Amino acid sequence: MSLGPDEVKKIAHLARLGINESDIDDYASNLSNILDLVAQMNSIDTRNVPPMAHPQDVGQRLRADEVLEENQRDRFQKIAPQTENGLYLVPKVIE
Amino acid sequence: MYHTKTLAELSSMLAAGKVSSVELTQSFIDRIKQHDSDLNSFITVTEEQALAQAKLADEKIQSGTAGPLTGIPFAHKDIFCTQDVKTSCGSKMLDNFIAPYNATVVEKMADAGMVMLGKTNMDEFAMGSSNETSYYGPVRNPWNTNAVPGGSSGGSAASVAARLTPAATGTDTGGSIRQPASLCGITGLKPTYGRVSRYGMIAFASSLDQGGPMAQTAEDCALLLNAMAGFDRRDSTSLELDVPDYTADLSKAIKGLKIGLPKEYFGEGLDAGVAEVVNQAIQQYKAMGAEIIDISLPNTHLAVPVYYVVAPAECSSNLSRFDGVRFGYRCEAPRDLEDLYKRSRGEGFGTEVKRRIMVGTYALSAGYYDAYYLKAQQLRRMISEDFSKAFEQVDVIMGPSSPGTAFNIGEKTNDPVSMYLSDIYTIAVNLAGLPGISVPAGFSNNMPVGLQIIANSFDESRLLNIAHQYQLATDWHKQIPKAFA
Repeated sequence: MSLGPDEVKKIAHLARLGINESDIDDYASNLSNILDLVAQMNSIDTRNVPPMAHPQDVGQRLRADEVLEENQRDRFQKIAPQTENGLYLVPKVIE
Repeated sequence: MYHTKTLAELSSMLAAGKVSSVELTQSFIDRIKQHDSDLNSFITVTEEQALAQAKLADEKIQSGTAGPLTGIPFAHKDIFCTQDVKTSCGSKMLDNFIAPYNATVVEKMADAGMVMLGKTNMDEFAMGSSNETSYYGPVRNPWNTNAVPGGSSGGSAASVAARLTPAATGTDTGGSIRQPASLCGITGLKPTYGRVSRYGMIAFASSLDQGGPMAQTAEDCALLLNAMAGFDRRDSTSLELDVPDYTADLSKAIKGLKIGLPKEYFGEGLDAGVAEVVNQAIQQYKAMGAEIIDISLPNTHLAVPVYYVVAPAECSSNLSRFDGVRFGYRCEAPRDLEDLYKRSRGEGFGTEVKRRIMVGTYALSAGYYDAYYLKAQQLRRMISEDFSKAFEQVDVIMGPSSPGTAFNIGEKTNDPVSMYLSDIYTIAVNLAGLPGISVPAGFSNNMPVGLQIIANSFDESRLLNIAHQYQLATDWHKQIPKAFA
């Protein structure tokens, strides 16, 4: 399995990761090596094997729909890069 | 001197009034100040808070309301959120992050009266096997400061090995407690998945991550696990099971114990010196009355490939929360929202983290899900079933924790795949959700070697018992690196 520079750029975009142009070849070769390692999986027939998501095969726990946590917005926003009137600020999205 | 004592010994000394928690805490803080510039095992030292906690602990001890851990100093891996204390996860992304709440594990250990000395260094977001991916620089192995301590809980392992703290917490996603414990010559336990709450433990791969204790001895780990384990409604995968007293079975004799040796753990790739030490440890168990049985875990070779789909896939999803908007690093002067995301993440994450996010993003992207994530989850079940079959025949499984001793800093940084293979004996245990422990078993070329013991789910008591019995008969766990004696 070999990934080229264009595929690396596409994946980085999907992950919203800015990567330096000069690092793309390194990523391409390392990611290709990792996918080669992973390709060993294909040597085994897994038809009819149910996938395993939780080691104890426990399903999602449910609880009554009650408010348990208190609102701590002010405390949590203290560590935010930029806020105003209780809102998180980002660059303008809509003109 | 206090630093040569185990946690259990310090606990008795505190109870008997032979030392106060303030004295003990100050002595370990002095050791950190004196020695940590050689190791870089701490990211943050919380001297003031520690001494205040110690004072409270001394009051509890005097008023007769203390438990066995009250007043014991220890350190948290910097992956556990600690309220009002920097929680970096070894990343530039969280270099400015002061956690607004405590992890459940942090809360529980504080409730037990333990005194936090600080936060230990680690691979960035726990992704690494050498502690070299940390934004705060590599940690050095106290047995040879040119060598790595292992990872990702490298700071915890190195600080316990150098006796800068009696104990530390760690987390283990693919071996991150057991491999550094092995490489630094200490005891480290990864509990059954779901045993210890993941709430407030910064997520890497949610179906694999598990916190656990790292200390000099199995007895110390049992005392620590008593405080750490238990159901937590705030962790959706926490197990609703009673927590036994993990010290209760420590002294049980192990005569008749059935130990399985998987042939796949002793084959190609295992260092000869490590193999010799592990075989001697097994002979020791035989002499203590255990029965040795050859077994096979036929899908062992698939564990690393499966892990490098499951873990990156889950990490790419978990780490999407770091977007430069709500907390953590934000780039300078973003042009627009996309630029804000891309540069904050591109500048805030290190190379290995970016690599794994990209592998995970690729594996989960349209058209690839079945070929990668689904396939890996199917193989994960086959790997897990290998263990289930083995446990019909044997009580525990033994083998090496790591294929070699500590390698040199820089030796594997340019070759991720060779780094990944250093977790070859630990990863399958995470995939199956089983408990495992690494116990100091000797030295090869003057570097520590760990024996890994794996048990069936929820069988931590037995693991700790078996490890404790070995430590009664041997003194490998008592060895201290000369520069830190």
